[in-house]
Amino acid sequence: MTIDWAHFTPWASLLGGVVLGLASAIFILFNGRILGISGILGGLMSPRLGDIGWRISFFLGMAAAPTVFAWWAPAGFLSAPRIDASYGLIVIAGLLVGLGTRYGSGCTSGHGVCGLSRLSPRSLVATLTFMGAGFATVFAVRHLF
Amino acid sequence: MQKITEFLAGLLFGMGLLLSGMSDPGKVLGFLDLFGTWDPSLALVMGGAILVGIFAFTVAKKRTTNFLGGALHLPKANQIDRRLVIGALLFGAGWGLAGFCPGPGLVSMFSGQPKAFAFVLAMVIGMLLYEAADRFIHQPRARQAATR
Repeated sequence: MTIDWAHFTPWASLLGGVVLGLASAIFILFNGRILGISGILGGLMSPRLGDIGWRISFFLGMAAAPTVFAWWAPAGFLSAPRIDASYGLIVIAGLLVGLGTRYGSGCTSGHGVCGLSRLSPRSLVATLTFMGAGFATVFAVRHLF
Repeated sequence: MQKITEFLAGLLFGMGLLLSGMSDPGKVLGFLDLFGTWDPSLALVMGGAILVGIFAFTVAKKRTTNFLGGALHLPKANQIDRRLVIGALLFGAGWGLAGFCPGPGLVSMFSGQPKAFAFVLAMVIGMLLYEAADRFIHQPRARQAATR
């Protein structure tokens, strides 16, 4: 293993993580909800009366994020995202992520951030499993084929 | 007030994803590429988030209502079963293929990335497939079990 120093951004990533933690803190303490993106979005797939509005307000906030971020960030802070996967691969990935996160009741935010913060053994197993599967998939794609 | 904190949580979450680099699939795949040139940044993202999260959830666990007086929905599920593991395996495989998990996919779509839009569309279809499977495969069995 060699470290990719060129792309390593310790301070921005740590601070970004703290902001993600703050968002999760606000959501549980003020709204009484787990901030889990797949759960919040998935709940809109079988909508129930009175259980829709909070999901929409949350996503409106998320939709405003790129614009608000651009006001604050120094020009050129965000390099263009590197989305190398082809459209075909993107679609397969999306299907797997949608199906898998609903089947496993959570993703990086719900199990990873909130679950580990709650010290939930169930979320720890989920996080280790999807991390492991992620490592294995990238290893297979980049180093085997 | 509740609407404002919901919106604020979404706004902060999206900004955290942008600031941390999570919204860049190239960076995520750089983290998942443990055996190539490895970018450890995302370990710091998780560390920073959990550092704050642990305090919040310690407070939340001691309460029965949230700060605004409404319900506090802490998860009750604790079973480690086949569904959890298979779901996480499928999710991890998809995450490793494109470098998008649900949050970054959405925020990237909101930034106007056409590929992120394709990802979110496929993800929503995946979620609808789950709903269909849940309705026709799992629930009939659960209903039978309940009447037994």
